[in-house]
Amino acid sequence: MAVTGLAMVRLRNLFAVVMLSGIFSLSAATLYVVLDAVDVAFTEAAVGAGIATVLGIATLAVVRTEMEKVQKRSVVGPLLIVLVTGVALIYGTLDMPHYGDPAAPIHHHVAPRYIEDSGREVGIPNIVTSVLASYRGYDTLGETAVIFTAAVGVMVLLGRGRRRRRQDQREKRREAAE
Amino acid sequence: MDVPGLYNYWIVVVLMMIGFYVVIAQGNLVKKIFGLNIFQVGVFVFYISMAKVKGGTAPILDGGIEVYSNPLPHVLILTAIVVGIATMALGLALVVRIRDAYGTIEEDEIETQEGELP
Repeated sequence: MAVTGLAMVRLRNLFAVVMLSGIFSLSAATLYVVLDAVDVAFTEAAVGAGIATVLGIATLAVVRTEMEKVQKRSVVGPLLIVLVTGVALIYGTLDMPHYGDPAAPIHHHVAPRYIEDSGREVGIPNIVTSVLASYRGYDTLGETAVIFTAAVGVMVLLGRGRRRRRQDQREKRREAAE
Repeated sequence: MDVPGLYNYWIVVVLMMIGFYVVIAQGNLVKKIFGLNIFQVGVFVFYISMAKVKGGTAPILDGGIEVYSNPLPHVLILTAIVVGIATMALGLALVVRIRDAYGTIEEDEIETQEGELP
């Protein structure tokens, strides 16, 4: 995964970057299956590898830019910032619970209740579904609100451009007629 | 301190820093948005790897299984993935509009065009 990510940094062909991001999402989905998160893997494969790639290709088709221009500014500053942040984050992980540790605090709050009682209370064998739709239904409601806002935003942004272009064409035609 | 048990966090840090580098160092707006995507996936992997319990299975109830992975982070990340794609769509729409207005999607060229304006 990190290799695909690094390749995305180096490549200047934007089309290849979009395709690599699809591969990146797919390997992320595989990783989620290994980590027992099958629902998340489904979503990542459909949304991350599917819709994101389609959106990227559509944008490139509209923007009509295949290649990225060569950079003139120096890379030392950003690299330094990234390295310092990375080292700080790794220092922060030294106190974290170990991978797969059943005694980690994350597994001792509401999660046991979801696992033990959701089958009886909601009646769906898939715990993720019952938490998503029942216990944390308000999250999902908020999520749909966010998606709606984003969809409205995209329509407003793209719709106005189209309308203006059509107006320009009409004006040009009028000038030509005169 | 048993350091090898923390390797999942380090993978996450590497992924996040790759994305972060793309966002701050690259000038192309489409690439910046995909860098943000890499950063996002880093955060997702962080949550999902925290949810894993050694010897656990996917959180789908079935007789005879005793140890399940934690379902709560899965739910949160399910929501986050969908919200992430929504913000990404909005960002790409903004890129399309910027291309309409400036004729380029390179940050440097947009800045020089801005400088030429009185």
